[in-house]
Amino acid sequence: MTDEKKPDRGQLRIDEQECKGCGLCIEACPPKVISLSERLNHYGYRTALYQGSGCTGCGICFMACPEPGAITVLRLMNRGAGSVSATGAVGGAAA
Amino acid sequence: MSNQSVAEYEVARSKAKSLYPRYERKEELQHQTHFCPGCGHGIVHKMVAQAIDELGVQDRTIMVGPVGCSVFTYYYFDTGNVQSAHGRAPAVATAIRRSRPESIVISYQGDGDLSAIGSAEILHAANRGENITVIFVNNAIYSMTGGQAAPTTLLGQKSTTTPNGRNAATEGYPLHVSELLSTLQAPAYIERVGLGDNKQIAQASRAIKRALDNQVRGLGFSLIEVLSPCPTIWKMTPVDSQHWVRDVMEKTFPLGVFCDRTKERLAAPAAQSVPAPALDELPGILGVAEEDLPEGNAAAMAKEQEIDLEVRIAGFGGQGVLLLGEMLAEAGLDAGLEVSWLPSYGPEMRSGTSNCHVRLSRQTIDSPLVTAPTVLVAMNEPSLRKFDRSVRSGGWIIYDGDEFPADCAREDVHVLALPFTRIADAMGDKRAANMVMLGAVLERSGVLPQASIDAALRRLIKNPRWVELDERALARGRELFKEALAEA
Ligand SMILES: Cc1ncc(C[n+]2csc(CCOP(=O)(O)OP(=O)(O)O)c2C)c(N)n1
Repeated sequence: MTDEKKPDRGQLRIDEQECKGCGLCIEACPPKVISLSERLNHYGYRTALYQGSGCTGCGICFMACPEPGAITVLRLMNRGAGSVSATGAVGGAAA
Repeated sequence: MSNQSVAEYEVARSKAKSLYPRYERKEELQHQTHFCPGCGHGIVHKMVAQAIDELGVQDRTIMVGPVGCSVFTYYYFDTGNVQSAHGRAPAVATAIRRSRPESIVISYQGDGDLSAIGSAEILHAANRGENITVIFVNNAIYSMTGGQAAPTTLLGQKSTTTPNGRNAATEGYPLHVSELLSTLQAPAYIERVGLGDNKQIAQASRAIKRALDNQVRGLGFSLIEVLSPCPTIWKMTPVDSQHWVRDVMEKTFPLGVFCDRTKERLAAPAAQSVPAPALDELPGILGVAEEDLPEGNAAAMAKEQEIDLEVRIAGFGGQGVLLLGEMLAEAGLDAGLEVSWLPSYGPEMRSGTSNCHVRLSRQTIDSPLVTAPTVLVAMNEPSLRKFDRSVRSGGWIIYDGDEFPADCAREDVHVLALPFTRIADAMGDKRAANMVMLGAVLERSGVLPQASIDAALRRLIKNPRWVELDERALARGRELFKEALAEA
């Protein structure tokens, strides 16, 4: 990852054990950054998989998902344009 | 992911606070809902929870879940929860909302529940303009029971009860609940939304929040009908089901607001109901003179004594099982105790078996069920065999029979077995056996003042001949118990 690259506006966390692989988030995601895993989870479901980049943090997948906690959407904290690097080496981020 | 890169981001959307972090389900399933993959119920649950969070009403929200796939709201919502009988949620919600005016009450119902078996309850709750929020999840089918037709099933839609597709000539037309209820004068807000695509989902979420907010602001009855996918019963993939909501279901059930009186209600609140009268006003309303009211004998009770009497009484119908229980409860009331009396019997008026649960306590009684009695009154052998194992250790079984069946004996339970029916017969009428047995129970518990028992007898028995016989029967029961104790 280079410092010049603008960080994604959003990120996704997917709880593999809660996801039932229905695919509604994949359908709902505007930038199409979610796919279905090859691996099966503990319950035998293929689960949603975030490709790791490209999330806009819009939160649409969260509302389309029937499972209460399977998806968590994170958004880039607004700290003034251009002051954040992709590696996150900015102080005070925990605030 | 390094800590540093996580720190750049903040959580924007995550599990609602009003849903439990883990569910009280079987070990393995505590972090999973019971919903099938792609089920609309899950989505609606999230919307409701989010609305509760955003309006800050979690601590005073009570969910009423009925029967159907929505039955387990109490697994998920970290709010008050009541589970109602099939279709009755609006009636239950009415009771809760009226008796706890500060509560926010949500009746969450499926289409089989609301539009079939519960059609009367929803109609009248809406017509009364109850200040509740109804979330009506319409998936055009009975899902939990495996796909029978509902009133909302589409024309031509196949189900297990319409295998060739719904035919208007035999099964009528899909019921338009939102339109129907909107013809009433009382409802404040009725809207139909769908889960057919992102736009619809966003609108559904807004509508649900609005319906809840209406209640918070006291505007009256709100109902949101949600067209919701059921991939399992529809036999489609979750994504195809979603499309089916938008492309097919919506043609029968158009989306939109059917009734909105919120503005006028804000300007001029709906007619306010008259608050229920206070308890001490009741005698006046009922035309009972103050001096005719029973005073009760609470003063005769030993103040310091802890009381938690849990009695199960069982026998054949006609043996006076329920009356025995009623006497005990009535005497308890007279003595100023908290009481509960719960009869349980079959459809037979005579014969058959019947039993009842009675609790007497100084504390508020949480449940009227007596699953581990301190005293079991068994008026015949089948009743004894049904409940003998349930008696609490150190408790008593009072049994009508010459001999106590040896295999029912327990080391940790006392037994008084006597031919009570024959004893009563010898006193004048075998039907007084229940009162002889009650005499034994009273003697064993020893807490109720005799004056309370006399008062209960006079309140429940009107025939003087019976009052006289029952008095003797009660006294005889006491004696028999004392004799048995002396012998032991
Ligand atoms: C009094 C009564 N009658 C019938 C049933 C059986 N029953 C359980 S769920 C159900 C249908 C529920 O359908 P719906 O309300 O559409 O909910 P869904 O499961 O589709 O979400 C029925 C008929 C019952 N539990 N109680």
